[in-house]
Amino acid sequence: MSFWSRHQIFEKNSIVLIVGIILVIAIGGIVEIAPLFYLKSTIEAVEGMRPYTPLELAGRNVYVREGCYLCHSQMVRPLRDEVERYGHYSLAAESMYDHPFQWGSKRTGPDLARVGAKYSDEWHVTHLSNPRAIVPQSVMPSYKFLAETPVSTENIADHLSTNRAVGVPYTDDQIVNAVADMKTQADPDNGDTDALLKRYPKSVARNFDGKPGLPTEMDALVAYLQMLGTLVDFKLYNEKANLR
Amino acid sequence: MTNQTDSVKWMTIGEAGLTVILAVTVFLSIIAAAKAEDAAYAFHVTLAGFASLASVFVILNRYFERGALPPQEIDGRPNYNFGPIKFATVASVFWGISGFTVGLLIALQLAWPDLNFNLPWTSFGRLRPLHTSAVVFAFGGNVLIATSFFVVQKTCRTRLAGDLAPWFVVLGYNFFIVIAGTGYLLGVTQSKEYAEPEWYADLWLTIVWVTYLLVFLMTLVKRKEPHIFVANWFYLAFIITIAVLHLGNNLALPVSVFGSKSYVAWAGVQDAMFQWWYGHNAVGFFLTAGFLAIMYYFIPKRAERPVYSYRLSIVHFWAIIFLYIWAGPHHLHYSALPDWTQTLGMTFSIMLWMPSWGGMINGLMTLSGAWDKLRTDPVLRMLVVSVAFYGMATFEGPLMSIKVVNSLSHYTDWTIGHVHSGALGWVGFVSFGALYCLVPWLWNRKGLYSLKLVEWHFWIATLGIVLYISAMWVSGILQGLMWRAYTSLGFLEYSFIESVEAMHPFYIIRAAGGGLFLIGALIMAWNLWMTVRVGEAEEGVLSRPGATLQPAE
Repeated sequence: MSFWSRHQIFEKNSIVLIVGIILVIAIGGIVEIAPLFYLKSTIEAVEGMRPYTPLELAGRNVYVREGCYLCHSQMVRPLRDEVERYGHYSLAAESMYDHPFQWGSKRTGPDLARVGAKYSDEWHVTHLSNPRAIVPQSVMPSYKFLAETPVSTENIADHLSTNRAVGVPYTDDQIVNAVADMKTQADPDNGDTDALLKRYPKSVARNFDGKPGLPTEMDALVAYLQMLGTLVDFKLYNEKANLR
Repeated sequence: MTNQTDSVKWMTIGEAGLTVILAVTVFLSIIAAAKAEDAAYAFHVTLAGFASLASVFVILNRYFERGALPPQEIDGRPNYNFGPIKFATVASVFWGISGFTVGLLIALQLAWPDLNFNLPWTSFGRLRPLHTSAVVFAFGGNVLIATSFFVVQKTCRTRLAGDLAPWFVVLGYNFFIVIAGTGYLLGVTQSKEYAEPEWYADLWLTIVWVTYLLVFLMTLVKRKEPHIFVANWFYLAFIITIAVLHLGNNLALPVSVFGSKSYVAWAGVQDAMFQWWYGHNAVGFFLTAGFLAIMYYFIPKRAERPVYSYRLSIVHFWAIIFLYIWAGPHHLHYSALPDWTQTLGMTFSIMLWMPSWGGMINGLMTLSGAWDKLRTDPVLRMLVVSVAFYGMATFEGPLMSIKVVNSLSHYTDWTIGHVHSGALGWVGFVSFGALYCLVPWLWNRKGLYSLKLVEWHFWIATLGIVLYISAMWVSGILQGLMWRAYTSLGFLEYSFIESVEAMHPFYIIRAAGGGLFLIGALIMAWNLWMTVRVGEAEEGVLSRPGATLQPAE
């Protein structure tokens, strides 16, 4: 029997063909994906990473919903110009609590991995409402409606527990106080900011959209943008220890 | 088979079972709509309720109207099941034109941002997934379902397996498209590119897809031909692999069963790897393997020549499905994905060039002895040019997967141009070619309404593709170079916004290219419509396109 006629077993038996296909397509995926879950070097050891505050998480959900990732990456590559333009290259550890990841694949607009604390809240609110008022050449859509939409607070604790179920280390304390923390972060004058800071170190409580009343989606989105890339202290980061 | 006058007419297990399941679904939809936590979810379960209710009526009505079930054979010839194929064919043309139109709109939005209209549901971020899903899954998916159901019946010389199942696949799939598309406009997305639909849409698609696999497989099982024809290997690999990818990438936990939002099981770097394992192989198996199956059936059929090389088909098939799966990490070069994974992804992407071109050669050389037909048959020309575009895109892909090239091309419009040379040139043209063949066959017409209009479609669309991809090459490389340009004093030369401003003319040229491509598709829709409406009927009872196909041996 020649080599080629041996192939007839696949051509004459649909089940054998299916088994062959499944075996052949399984190999690549297993080799590339499985080790990422057990090789310790996959995620760097860093100081400062914490889960998102309830308001930041709500803001992140707005970011996802509006498809911001389609034009903005959150992944600074270790190339000279990118590090100079955006800051330290991104670490895997910085997105370890991200369900889903938001690295993006296109830069119609600039990278946002380290946009936190670069601009004022007012800059963000104006820019999101009317991008061309601040950057005349911008092609970004206007997101004025965010400032008029109150962010949903009632089931935010469920969002935190769902995140915990998929692996984000939220504590019971954080879940119980989710609604309070959310309101406090957008309205620090009427809440316990010390407790918020204790639960979420380095979190920033401000009236992000500058308007009184319940937190809006604008508050949430700006809170999220303002924390991006600010958690890891790169003065303490040991690059050599995390060589991969 | 003669008509037997049976004393008692029974419902088939399929009819009874599906009626019960759909009736339960109606009931569950009412509960879910009442308890819904967000408007989009309420809207979707209401749609599901109405669709299930309508389906119950249609199934029962069909049962009361029908006599015996359609016979497997009439006068010793297979009684092919063309109904669901006709539906998918019409749907593909409809979704294609919708998807191209949305594509044109978002292209114009990038040139003139006022076209976002300051509304949530017309902003680029929501319309872009609508565009990609409409062209890939709605247009491409319906073409794949239509052609696969056609090809598997013809090459197995047997009626499609299942009675209601093929209809369930076609209608269920298009219902998934409606849920996905309206979801994007309402902001329902899990933000995984090309896998944006939320958990409930994903679950529904899983059910539909498993049924699709079963219909296809059971048709293969009852085939009257000893060999499984090569096109069917590719269809089978496409159906199975898409199922595996879909389940792996979309594993998620909903916040509430009465709400649309879910959180994906994977995080950060692992999620990125899962996503691009999925994303690249959606290209590899949906947009490549499936459409290669079209190439392996429709080109030999139209050229009336056998497939060039049987051995090359075997090598092509196993090599391409083995190598493609590894290529995902090239979407994550220089990212926080570990270097070893990136290097593996790059290596396999470069190797992938070989089976890709092997397949291209097998398709092109099938025209041996029939090259003269390119002068006279614009449909065959469209099919052949699609394979040429396939060759071009599968050369550019490995090139862009090389890390140094990728450091320039990644994040830029070059990627968009690359995708569209594959999507418009390869997937688009091979689909148009298949539709031009399929419509006269399905509706039993002698030929197309007008070959002249096919000529016009071909040239207008080709011009559109050339404008599109050359604009994106220039803008992408320009963008990449501007980002990394330094002044003589060692400062970055351009601010980011200067690179945005520089894109403006190219975005206009790209939109013009997309507009031409859309005009071509409208010409096709008119031509196909007129073929069905006024075309001359083929003699004979059943449509029998040309000589029957020999297995590639």
